Amino acid sequence: MSIIIDSKRIKPYGDRLDDGRMQFSFSLPAPCNEVGKEAAKILLTKMQLNDIEICYLSDLGEGFTHFIAYASTSETIDLTKINVKVVDTPVMDMKATDEFIEKEIGHSIKIVGACIESDAHTVGIDAIMNMKGYDHRYGLERYKYFDATNLGAQVPSEELLRIAVDEKADVILVSQIVTQRNIHIKNLTRLIELAESEGIRDKFLMICGGPRLNHELAIELGYDAGFGTGSYAKDVASFIAFRMVERNKN
Amino acid sequence: MIKLSIKDENIIKAREYAREIVNSLSWLMSDYSSVSIERTVLRLMRIDGIFDSTPLPNIVIDLLSERNVLDRGAAYWIANAMIYKNASAQEVAESISKDEFDPTKIPTMPDEKVFETLEKLTTEMLKHIKSQNKFREESYAKFGPRKKPAIYVIVATGNIYDDVVQAKAAAREGADIIAVIRSTAQSLLDYVPFGATTEGFGGTFATQENFKIMRKGLDEVGEEIGKYISLTNYASGLCMPEIAAMGAIERLDVMLNDAMYGILFRDINMKRTILDQYFSRMINAYAGIEIQTGEDNYLTTSDAIEKAYTVTASQLINEQFALISGLKHEKMGLGHAFEINPKIENSFLYELSHALLTHTLFPDSPTKYMPPTKFATGNIFRTHLLNGMFNFISQITDQGVQLLGMMTEAIHTPHLVDRAVAIENANYVFKATKDFSNEFQLSKDGFINQRANLVLDETIGFLKKVSEKGLFKAMKNSDFADIKRTETGGKGLDGVFKKSDNYFNPFMEKMKLELGI
Repeated sequence: MSIIIDSKRIKPYGDRLDDGRMQFSFSLPAPCNEVGKEAAKILLTKMQLNDIEICYLSDLGEGFTHFIAYASTSETIDLTKINVKVVDTPVMDMKATDEFIEKEIGHSIKIVGACIESDAHTVGIDAIMNMKGYDHRYGLERYKYFDATNLGAQVPSEELLRIAVDEKADVILVSQIVTQRNIHIKNLTRLIELAESEGIRDKFLMICGGPRLNHELAIELGYDAGFGTGSYAKDVASFIAFRMVERNKN
Repeated sequence: MIKLSIKDENIIKAREYAREIVNSLSWLMSDYSSVSIERTVLRLMRIDGIFDSTPLPNIVIDLLSERNVLDRGAAYWIANAMIYKNASAQEVAESISKDEFDPTKIPTMPDEKVFETLEKLTTEMLKHIKSQNKFREESYAKFGPRKKPAIYVIVATGNIYDDVVQAKAAAREGADIIAVIRSTAQSLLDYVPFGATTEGFGGTFATQENFKIMRKGLDEVGEEIGKYISLTNYASGLCMPEIAAMGAIERLDVMLNDAMYGILFRDINMKRTILDQYFSRMINAYAGIEIQTGEDNYLTTSDAIEKAYTVTASQLINEQFALISGLKHEKMGLGHAFEINPKIENSFLYELSHALLTHTLFPDSPTKYMPPTKFATGNIFRTHLLNGMFNFISQITDQGVQLLGMMTEAIHTPHLVDRAVAIENANYVFKATKDFSNEFQLSKDGFINQRANLVLDETIGFLKKVSEKGLFKAMKNSDFADIKRTETGGKGLDGVFKKSDNYFNPFMEKMKLELGI
């Protein structure tokens, strides 16, 4: 006998189909005792969860308590109704991307990348752009048909645009790692608005990346694409190659 | 104790090259100063506050700079004005900011009076700094010395009052050192923000008032739990020495204070950075503040196996810069990190070898071990396990300070729970493996020894090359972290100036004398 999954009504899977079991870990400004435990239970109840089991609580000091809990949800999701915007160009490896650009465009694509505004964390842009890349995936600098420049951290939006214009870039890559109080949204919006006000937005393919970004959000902010956690250079590279070919045709 | 087999002569050779690299820059320290050094002098003269949201030290230095008289040092002009106006340094600075007074357009007071005034101010301030150091020493005597490895955690809410709550909670959980991460981009501000702050991004602004608020909070919780809790901030960026001075005044215990980090990773001009780090480290040395260096950054931008030698080389250069500023080995928290790709076979052995090499080179220093960040992917379960392995290495290689990894690295600035879980992890591992290293010896020709010797050989080769070229030229050739920096590039060069023959920095003179440098 096999398990039959109804895509129109899926639920979290613990160890049996449709048990709805989920894991929770949170802290409350409540005492580490039966009162606190009850508070945690009430919270989960208010979240429409049932079969609540507070399996662990510990005192965090300063009047806070950590709770670990399991509970079940009765909610279901209709997978067939989900529609998200994703980067839908095929993903190729470095060699295939280079060959594709060679054949379809015939010259290299100029890319400038940076961590903009206050953001000093280059780990994302470095992983995508630097020669070495990340986790055994080479970065854009290694590609034969990309002329990629990583401007590094804390580059003001004005400067990034100025350099992109001066260098006649085809693509602008922007990384935003720090997301406290939505600073990444503000910075990314600022860059797009500046580009638009200078009338140069459409000169470039503009792509953003970072742990709290995805394609849908990027499109909403006015970018051509967005790459979140788990993206590698080859994802970005393939997208650039396909989109540049498309742009050249138009 | 697990020990590496490394030839002493190789260690001596590496150190000698590093010494040559640092000594060849002595012309810079003897002939030049910077606006940030001069602002520091003003802060040490107790000039503080803002006017129209600009800090008074900036207003005064900008004026002296405009008048082309800064080459004499700021101290002279303020002291001369104090005598002329019969006013305090603060009052002089206030009247300058209100545009009521120009200290360069008044008669010259007798030299002996000027020096007498400066002597008094200097003695008063240095006495205060010494009393802060004494308080720290007495607290350790009363509560016992800091644990080893000390548990170091970060708070970074952006709001200093939230930070205090989280720091106190962390102290109760077992943290020994609290670091308040600065708001992103503060390193590039050419002034120190003022007052208590409640908004910041990725961290909280370093201000003197924030230092004071956190110090008070940690002293309170420390008194309660019977432990001295150390406070850390960043003497880095364009205001290195100013922040060191603020820390000395408010009794911070640890300062991130790398000699080259600003040049490479923040594109601050190299002359400016070398000058600023020199005085900032001298202040730290005088105040009994432990410095920490940022070698982990080499590994987040490059491969941790391929570029392991850049960590060792930077440690040795940082050591020499620290020595000429009067810092002792027991106050040098030289940095390194656990950043090897966990998918690599025997990654743990590589990490162990690298950590042992750091300990072997700096046996008397509270070396600072940094957690996995590059391969923390958002999978909190795997990251938690990596952190456990990282803690294991720290305990068995006798590291001084363990910057705890957070399972939510790469997701958000740590939540209250994240920190508690990390401390629990460290406490368990440290306890479980306490005497582990007494039970084992390394095979002489085994992987760990071979690896450490290879890294040291690569370090010697690299330092030799840099010492032949000179540090500045090596940076121009992208020898460090594959980043190209030039002598005239980067931020802050316009704040560097040549000292005149009658330049005087009373604090530096006195500190040098007392530190014996």
